[in-house]
Amino acid sequence: MADREYGFRTRAIHAGNIPDQVTGARALPIYQTSAFVFDDTADAAARFALQKYGNIYSRLANPTVAAFEERVASLEGGIGAVATASGLSAQFVTFASLAGAGDHIVASANLYGGSITQLDVTLRRFGVETTFVQGSDPADYAAAIKDNTKLVFAETIANPSGEIADIEGLAEVAHAHHLPLIIDSTIATPYLNRPLEWGADVVIHSATKFLGGHGTTLGGVVVEGGRFHWANENFPKFDEPTPTYGGLNWHGIFGEYAFLTRLRAEQLRDIGPTLSPHSAWLLAQGVETLPFRIQAHVDNARIVAEWLDADPRIEFVNWAGLPGHAHHERAKKYLPKGPGSVFSFGVRGGREVGQKFIESVDLASHLANIGDAKTLIIHPASTTHAQLSEQQLVEAGVLPGLVRLSVGIEDPEDIVYDLDQALTAATKGN
Amino acid sequence: MAATATAELETVSLSNGLTCEVPSDSPLGKLLKSQRTWVGPNAKERLKLLRNAKSVAIVGASPNAARASYFVGTYLQQSSPYRVYFVNPMAETILGQKAYPDLASLPEVPDIVDVFRKGSDIPGVIDEVVAVGAKNVWVQLGIWNQDAAVYGESKGLTVVMDRCIKIEHARFNGGLHLLGFDTGQITARKTIR
Repeated sequence: MADREYGFRTRAIHAGNIPDQVTGARALPIYQTSAFVFDDTADAAARFALQKYGNIYSRLANPTVAAFEERVASLEGGIGAVATASGLSAQFVTFASLAGAGDHIVASANLYGGSITQLDVTLRRFGVETTFVQGSDPADYAAAIKDNTKLVFAETIANPSGEIADIEGLAEVAHAHHLPLIIDSTIATPYLNRPLEWGADVVIHSATKFLGGHGTTLGGVVVEGGRFHWANENFPKFDEPTPTYGGLNWHGIFGEYAFLTRLRAEQLRDIGPTLSPHSAWLLAQGVETLPFRIQAHVDNARIVAEWLDADPRIEFVNWAGLPGHAHHERAKKYLPKGPGSVFSFGVRGGREVGQKFIESVDLASHLANIGDAKTLIIHPASTTHAQLSEQQLVEAGVLPGLVRLSVGIEDPEDIVYDLDQALTAATKGN
Repeated sequence: MAATATAELETVSLSNGLTCEVPSDSPLGKLLKSQRTWVGPNAKERLKLLRNAKSVAIVGASPNAARASYFVGTYLQQSSPYRVYFVNPMAETILGQKAYPDLASLPEVPDIVDVFRKGSDIPGVIDEVVAVGAKNVWVQLGIWNQDAAVYGESKGLTVVMDRCIKIEHARFNGGLHLLGFDTGQITARKTIR
């Protein structure tokens, strides 16, 4: 073992995967098994009581999934991670671990549509109220915090408005109330921004997107920094006897590891949205090239955004890398390598021209996803955000004519060529 | 999985020469933590210490299954190659083994003395460790007494402090990794985990 802090690219490839002692397999083995044999009854009892480490059942932990978890934790600078079946389930287990009936969440109004409905429909039905804060001023978040608030939630780069969260400012607000700041960093990835370094306490990813990177596999991951003091008055569950585990006190026994240990031992146990070993393998493989892919993504995003911005057929471009974006300066601070490669723009001529534009692209794929190596395009108002009310659409920055682009890593001239020919087709006769 | 000590008190040396104790997770405790100057063995040195050891004595071991020392004891009994001894003058047996009243009563000199006692008790434990001829003292996670660490080193001991022996053993032997925690371990050599 080297006495050295290895760099980001090295960790993207190696973290979490040490060659197997028995077989010497260099690639990550896929442990496609539901359960694991015990040595004896004492071993089984100690594993179930969390007194020792060991695999029990793949709903709780699996060696292939563990490799993906450790790799993402290493890249985010976290103490550890818990992987889940999807980004939305990563969010759900996190919210379920911290909030219950009668509790309150403060969240950005600029979230991904599925995140808004999770909070606004399902969690509200379970008795958890959410206040959605418009804009990104930390003072507005502070004003929304109530006595029963349990967490503050925002996205590093909002989807699809392109707004950038003031993570430092939000962390200050959350911590002043002894609350954790939870950041969805799906679009940024740890290559562009590591929220834990700016004061966030928990980072969530839809690994389906840039971490996996190839549009093949659903997954999510929760990373924790290990610095938040969970045993405060807002979270009595961390500092009282837990009957289902022999009266153990999460904070007392596990210290800085308490949040993630409890998330695994209680929320994965009871809710069960586990990442499959095969999916973990695909996602871990994707992470190996993360730094190279994301650099190519943001390089291409800059070329495409600047080209669109200069085109008279385009009304606006919501990419914070452009000087005209409201969060351009903030993007330079938090995302110096570039504010991601997912952004939206408006085609002149309104909804009809926008729809014809999407139907005319030939290289860009018309589908509901982001973070593929391929360029992806969609009309959010009628698809990903269709379940939002008119008011919520406006609050989330989703205008009727808005087109969302996830810039891929094809030759940038080819992406521009395709958008150009589609714009020509869409505006023909106008 | 970590295990913190039962007594989480930070020994504070005041400018007037007196000392007091504050909870280690209080704001003041955290501030003081950021001002620590003593640095113990690094990861590679801790790995060497754990690899070379054959026996561990747990001072302040508890027969209560909800205590951190019980988790550490169970782990070391079942997941490590060490001969494990429990030291607690108030207990008869712990985890199916005889509990010893003090280090001097053990049938051998332990390679590592793992300590679950409050910060102000550490100097006394160090004297006991030196008296029996043990070479390594491991003060558990959540316990900090910088003067005691310096004192232990002046007596020729290797001192690890505010770390969990279970976590550190698991860091190098796969347990921590299995639960998705960052071990900081990167190597292309075949490794037991």
